[in-house]
Amino acid sequence: MGVVLIVTYVSAAVFVLAVLVRFVRISRLPIHVRWELYPVSHEKGRAHYGGSYLEVPEWWKKKRESSLIGELKVMIPEILLLAGVHEHNRRHWAFTFPFHFGLYLLAGLIVLLLAGGILSAAGVEVSGGGRGLGLALYHSTYVVGYAGLALALLGSLALLGRRTFNQDYREYTTPGDYFNLMFFVVALGVAWVNHISADPNFVGLRAYFVQLVTLDLSSKGAAFAQQPVLVSAEIILASLLVAYIPLTHMSHFFTKWFMYHDIRWGDEPNIRGGEIEKKVGEVLNYPVSWSAPHIRGDGKKTWADIATSAVEEKTK
Amino acid sequence: MTKRRVSIEDISRPSERLSELRKEDFKPLPEPFDKTESTPDFKPLSDKAKDQYESSLDDTIAVSIPKPKSKEEERVLIEKFLSGMEKLFTKENNWTFLQPLLLSMDHCAKCHTCSEACHIYEASGQNPIYRPAYRSEVFRRLYKNFIESNGSPLTAWRSGKVDLNWTTLARLIELAYRCNLCRRCAQTCPIGVDNALIAHEIRKVFSQELGIAAKEIHDDGSVLQLKVGSSTGMNSVVVKDNIEFIDEDVSEMTGIKVETPWDKEGADILLIHNAGEIMSWPMNPGAFGVIFETAGLNWTMSSEIAGYDSINYGVWYDDAQFARVAVKHAQAAKKLKVKKIVLGECGHAHKALTVIADRVLTGDLNIPRESCMVTLEGLIFSGKVKVDPSRNDFPVTLHDPCNLVRLMGIVEPQRRILRHIAPRFREMEPHGVYNYCCGGGSGFAIMSGHNFGDWRAQIAGRKKLEQILNAFKDELDPSIKKYVCAPCSNCKGQLRDLFSYYDLWEKHSIMYDGLVELIVNCMTDAKPGFIEWEWH
Repeated sequence: MGVVLIVTYVSAAVFVLAVLVRFVRISRLPIHVRWELYPVSHEKGRAHYGGSYLEVPEWWKKKRESSLIGELKVMIPEILLLAGVHEHNRRHWAFTFPFHFGLYLLAGLIVLLLAGGILSAAGVEVSGGGRGLGLALYHSTYVVGYAGLALALLGSLALLGRRTFNQDYREYTTPGDYFNLMFFVVALGVAWVNHISADPNFVGLRAYFVQLVTLDLSSKGAAFAQQPVLVSAEIILASLLVAYIPLTHMSHFFTKWFMYHDIRWGDEPNIRGGEIEKKVGEVLNYPVSWSAPHIRGDGKKTWADIATSAVEEKTK
Repeated sequence: MTKRRVSIEDISRPSERLSELRKEDFKPLPEPFDKTESTPDFKPLSDKAKDQYESSLDDTIAVSIPKPKSKEEERVLIEKFLSGMEKLFTKENNWTFLQPLLLSMDHCAKCHTCSEACHIYEASGQNPIYRPAYRSEVFRRLYKNFIESNGSPLTAWRSGKVDLNWTTLARLIELAYRCNLCRRCAQTCPIGVDNALIAHEIRKVFSQELGIAAKEIHDDGSVLQLKVGSSTGMNSVVVKDNIEFIDEDVSEMTGIKVETPWDKEGADILLIHNAGEIMSWPMNPGAFGVIFETAGLNWTMSSEIAGYDSINYGVWYDDAQFARVAVKHAQAAKKLKVKKIVLGECGHAHKALTVIADRVLTGDLNIPRESCMVTLEGLIFSGKVKVDPSRNDFPVTLHDPCNLVRLMGIVEPQRRILRHIAPRFREMEPHGVYNYCCGGGSGFAIMSGHNFGDWRAQIAGRKKLEQILNAFKDELDPSIKKYVCAPCSNCKGQLRDLFSYYDLWEKHSIMYDGLVELIVNCMTDAKPGFIEWEWH
């Protein structure tokens, strides 16, 4: 069982590292020009019709008001319910919503299992015979677990079917995309079979999480060691899947934050002497090497040089 | 539905055309244009054009790329493209858009939500090559296989593959000019992928590395503007003469003395028009003069290079040209020590100078910019300009310029004005930030080479035509004069061509023009009848 635990630890580390590396890489990219798209949800009093502070006379003299509640009003339904797909592509929503919501529930399942593992390790009884928090965790774990597995499995099968049988989707689907969906189907399918047949109350999984949170690599006497091999299969596949997701385009689960906050809603104006101006000053000094005749970047001329220079020659 | 399917990989397969345009496939228009015959025939490309230029995408040409004369020439072009693409993904050469571009490259879920939002895809009868994701997916595969990795089988397996040959590139650049860059697709993307941005970046690679761009926006556009001061070709002497004539005309028409101040140092406002207004719709700058003089504003125009022409075509295809023009605009304002720049009725100029240039102009070049919509609203509701709405007692609808509305969030000022001055104002559906592009966006309004004008009117402008007909559906009778208020010079150029193409003025008395004309038409200080209802 030590191997299974190691797979999980390594997978978790890969997940965290992959997210971190990508997050840092994106964060370190230079400032870009403004490219916002309305409605911008934090525009207080204007977001509902898509207005901006640019509607205000001499806006640069006024205090800009931003609304966190406005952002949350858009973000929460967007994240939880995929409101954008629901609004703009209802048919696809029927396929993708179960998948995504199932995954959210499964993320919740991991939290419940971790909590159950910690409590069990601390001597609290997490079972149908327990009390209070232990009892609540016991019941909520399998309820959330079954709901998550069912929705995610159905959703991934539905998406796989859509990408296989709908020509519009098939033409844009690569072998890698099929692999991704198959990976979900297999991992979720194994998990489903395991819980239906061998671990109906998620007791085996929780036993594993006890070992996981106590860093107990030994198998002797551990409750998890008594569990059927399907539990191990479920854990290994799920661990690998968790490690795999941030290495693919599915990392949109967190990069979406940049796409919304930095780009779509990135309306922060450049104020003289401010932080943005400082950053712009830096990038204007980047060297340019574009070769077209009207630029003739030689790797030495900067953007500031180009912006203040005349066009030397017309293009052909 | 277009019968023939086109796969991503087909873009590399040489053929006479990747996709055929047939008007029976196009989305039907509302009555009375609902019959296929109501759409004029698509003028075929001449044999000479087909021999001379790359035309293997569809049935039209936007960029007029001369066909390479040899395989060697093709090889050089491909190498240059790859070199440009590599530069596009470096922070030094593309800090301007690197982060949005990379995120759009890496995260498309290929859910096709964007397709339904695109007026070009819809109007064409869902032609597969006009899906917003089609060109993006081609570009993404090129990036993944040739830039991000060295064409490993694993990359092809993960990301798909497209052969890189001259056919691919010739079609790709044309495809980048089958998008209005209106970003309606990006608005609906649940992840935030921006296919319009990708079209924009493809244009940049070709312009900034290969020197290939549509002639109308580069040679005759930004290059000419930087050389003589305006893409119209007007130098400072000519523009002053023209404005003088316009001042005389509007003074006579309204009874309000207008004498446009030029190069007035220390003025509160530097007003910059799209100079196309001065040439094609002179009553627009004239109306501004009437309003500003009536309100007693301390304003000026500038005769500096680009100081009297707010256009900045670089925003559609080239960061270097964009930056040069933005700096010229700011320098003109700096020289006159004005308190703010007010942009006239031009959507892309608004966005270029106010939003995009916000992270180009620093220090004393960062002079405040304000939309004329905001300025005008202040003048009307403060009572400085008095109006009698009954003079505008005819059906009016509003076209929302994408750059002004979806891309800047200036939505309500123009509406508040219209609700106040036009008693029969009605909205198009959808409107505001969810509007549809007129079909002239991203430079198309000034591009009519070969048969591109047909494409613009039949496909790019089709959705807008549908919206306009629907807005006036109960009043299409030609005895009722109707007004489409389009506060944007490029949009007006497109509407002029679109209306003319379908004879909307002759058949249904549907006219287009700006917002200031409507204001002056109902100003109590002005003589009535500023709007003359003559086709122009």
